[in-house]
Amino acid sequence: MAAKQKLVVIGNGMAGARTVEEILARGGADQFQITMFGEEPYGNYNRILLSDVLNGSHEASDIFLNSLPWYQENGIRLHSGVRVSKILRHSRQVIGEGDIVEEYDKLIIATGSVPFIPQIEGLKLGDGREKPGVFVFRNLDDCRRITEYATGKRAGAVIGGGLLGLEAARGLQNFSLGVTVIQRGNALMSQQLDQPAAAILKKTLEDLGIGVLLDKDTRRITGEDHVTGLEFADGSTLECDLVVIAAGIKANSGLAARAGLTVERGIVVDNQLRTVEDPRIFAVGECVQHRGQVYGLVAPLWEQAKVLADQLTGADPDSGYFGSKVATKLKVMGVEVASMGITEPSEAGDEVVQFTEAKKGTYKKLIIRNGRLVGSILLGDLRKAPYLSQAFERNTPVPEERLSLLFDIGAPSEQASVETMPADMQVCNCNGVTKGAIAGCVKLGKRTSKSVMEATRAGLGCGACKSLVSQVIAWACGAATEEDPSANYYVPGIPLSKPELVTVIRERGLKSVSAVFDALTGGEDDPASKPGLASLLNTLWAGEYEDQRDARFINDRVHANIQKDGTFSVIPQMPGGVTSPAELRRIADVAEKYHVPLLKLTGGQRIDLVGVKREDLPNMWRDLAMPSGFAYAKRYRTCKSCIGIDYCRYGLGKSIELAQEIEQRFQGLDSPGKLKLATAGCPRNCSEAMVKDVGAVAVEGGKWEIYVGGAAGAHVRKGDLLCSVDSHADVLKFSGRFLQYYRENARYLERTYGFVARIGIDKIRAVVVDDSEGIAEQLDSALQRSVDAYRDPWQEAHTQATPNQFRSSLPIVQ
Amino acid sequence: MEVTLGPITAIPEGEGRVFEIGATRVAVFRSRNGHVFATQAECPHRGGPLADGLLGDATVICPLHSLKFDLASGEGANGQCALRTYPARLGKSGQIVIDVREPT
Repeated sequence: MAAKQKLVVIGNGMAGARTVEEILARGGADQFQITMFGEEPYGNYNRILLSDVLNGSHEASDIFLNSLPWYQENGIRLHSGVRVSKILRHSRQVIGEGDIVEEYDKLIIATGSVPFIPQIEGLKLGDGREKPGVFVFRNLDDCRRITEYATGKRAGAVIGGGLLGLEAARGLQNFSLGVTVIQRGNALMSQQLDQPAAAILKKTLEDLGIGVLLDKDTRRITGEDHVTGLEFADGSTLECDLVVIAAGIKANSGLAARAGLTVERGIVVDNQLRTVEDPRIFAVGECVQHRGQVYGLVAPLWEQAKVLADQLTGADPDSGYFGSKVATKLKVMGVEVASMGITEPSEAGDEVVQFTEAKKGTYKKLIIRNGRLVGSILLGDLRKAPYLSQAFERNTPVPEERLSLLFDIGAPSEQASVETMPADMQVCNCNGVTKGAIAGCVKLGKRTSKSVMEATRAGLGCGACKSLVSQVIAWACGAATEEDPSANYYVPGIPLSKPELVTVIRERGLKSVSAVFDALTGGEDDPASKPGLASLLNTLWAGEYEDQRDARFINDRVHANIQKDGTFSVIPQMPGGVTSPAELRRIADVAEKYHVPLLKLTGGQRIDLVGVKREDLPNMWRDLAMPSGFAYAKRYRTCKSCIGIDYCRYGLGKSIELAQEIEQRFQGLDSPGKLKLATAGCPRNCSEAMVKDVGAVAVEGGKWEIYVGGAAGAHVRKGDLLCSVDSHADVLKFSGRFLQYYRENARYLERTYGFVARIGIDKIRAVVVDDSEGIAEQLDSALQRSVDAYRDPWQEAHTQATPNQFRSSLPIVQ
Repeated sequence: MEVTLGPITAIPEGEGRVFEIGATRVAVFRSRNGHVFATQAECPHRGGPLADGLLGDATVICPLHSLKFDLASGEGANGQCALRTYPARLGKSGQIVIDVREPT
């Protein structure tokens, strides 16, 4: 094996250490002998949490990311507490204080940033020494010095009303100081907020006891041998015992400039984080200028670290860094601020959605361009922040109903925010996974939702907690959550979205699940992808689909629902929930003959025979002489109905008959998720038609209202009104067309409530009712093909589909 | 001890079936790419019937709670305990042969 290359990293902050971690994760330890220089005499710590150390909510020891032994364990030589004095590019050497010389083949500069110190008189003592009481706020030592000095003092001032200044101010309050924030401009956090938001934030801070002075240009720090106050350009003064300067940061690029590298506002790098002059030298983090941008936040730095590691190790030579979308959050107790993207509309057609409740300190503003979020400010209520920042970062379309971007309407109010949730609180109630267990998994290095869910099984039960699980993961990762590309795949094993997959399947005429794997994965079949593919192929090809039984979930192989003890449940079809004495007698006889342990009425107005042995299934079906009710499949299940017009004194429509017609047409229809329908004979809705996938409600005037996308299971949602029609035939026509549109466009296992919310009822109504895309006829005929392809699977009682289909175990035959 | 269980055609392609060898229940899988695997029949999590699971490549997903196992090594993909596996092969004229000796 070739000798290892020498990799030297200058800087052991969040960027330097993270890049090294990423390199190690790509097997870089075999390629490189890694040496790091760190100016601070510690391992690597989470600088973002410094303000928490200052305000006392974290101990300094809590915020370390990598302790000194970590470097040893990973074979990294660390010069801690050593400042690098120069880079000799010709001899490829880095010179550190104390005559330390390190040679490099590749060099990474990750020197971060330094505080920007404005021109102020009286910063230092007359003899040039530091003036007691003047501080910057950048590292652990600053924190320690402020803490020591502040104890027992009366008043503190913070110069700078940006993110860092406000965090410092809130931290200083911890020492029972009166605190005043001095801002040179006329608004706080001017980078992240617009004027109204800044005004509300000012009031919120004042309510918390923090003084805010705007338009104050600090001229002088007074005091002969220690700080006594400030003098401003307008002649006014402020008495204080200490002052923290948090007026911004600037890239720490002096070392690079002295080495002859191009430095503007930061060290200029290309899309591979390479310096302009020297292909052996790279730079990463806050010291970098990429496409004119210098970033002072952690998320861009993490994106850069990945690209740089891909480049250096050769793991992905095509990778590139193309800039970051910037989202920030002020993490200060009692003040909630999140901001992303632009703060004011900047192009014609930009749409602004806004809500203000100044009294409560709440302000929400969104800027939407071409249906996508390009900017957002949230104050006082950050419950929508996780969703919005995701929509912003991924540039996904936002729902037509803009109100739902600002508030959770009609959904149960979210429990305590993720941050304040106790570690032992259960997040996933199906699999009993706590917040602590998820955070622990993230700590072990899993950073995508998918990998954490696989490892903990959180979110893999009913799925209702998935968004909460994602929020906990995002919280546990800090800003380091990684986008999971497979989130957009139709099935996990094939890297294509549903429309892409449909195109390939149609173009190549792939009619069986194994044909899809042969064409797209080289024949390697992914078990988790099989049922989704089977469902899609059946939808696309209807009667021409080549059924392969191994692609089906067990329920669909034996046409019954598997129970926890390996027995099955049998639910025959009972259209409209109507039965007869003869049918009931037959069911009773069957239950006795096969010793069925439990007979139960279902929520869908049918009768369930539970606890049936697999061997008995075919004989029971024969004896029942009723078709399958499909109560085990991702298909049309049932249509619940009320009594309707014939007997009910309120009835307006024939709900039973309509339910029976619906069942006759849609029976066995397979779809991305199960379909539960209902008809109601009047708006009293006894059959709960408004919380069904499709519900038809009779109203006065001989009309039926069709609701779609309702749910009352793991998720509760009232259906949206699709349209009003005046005949049973039209109920069948429009609900069928809606179902076909859903079948063709929903992700696998996406129920109609998710689909309708995602696409928006306006769009769906346009397509289904007004035929805005001219595909109505196509949808109707595709649905008709599926209706025609229906056959009752319980006919397999007479001819089995596969060898030993209903055997629970086989004897040995020699 | 090697045991011949019967013809591979007793198991449809891409599926599994349970065989009873004395008091031992063994799940035997026939993958679409021609491999045969044998493991304990019940999922160690809640006793789910693994032979009814979805099979792909060398992985089975338990039908009850979707736990995943590697059929060659028995290892669980979700960090749960592993499956007992039995060496399995196709013998003469497509007979399934497995080795049910206690592991040493």
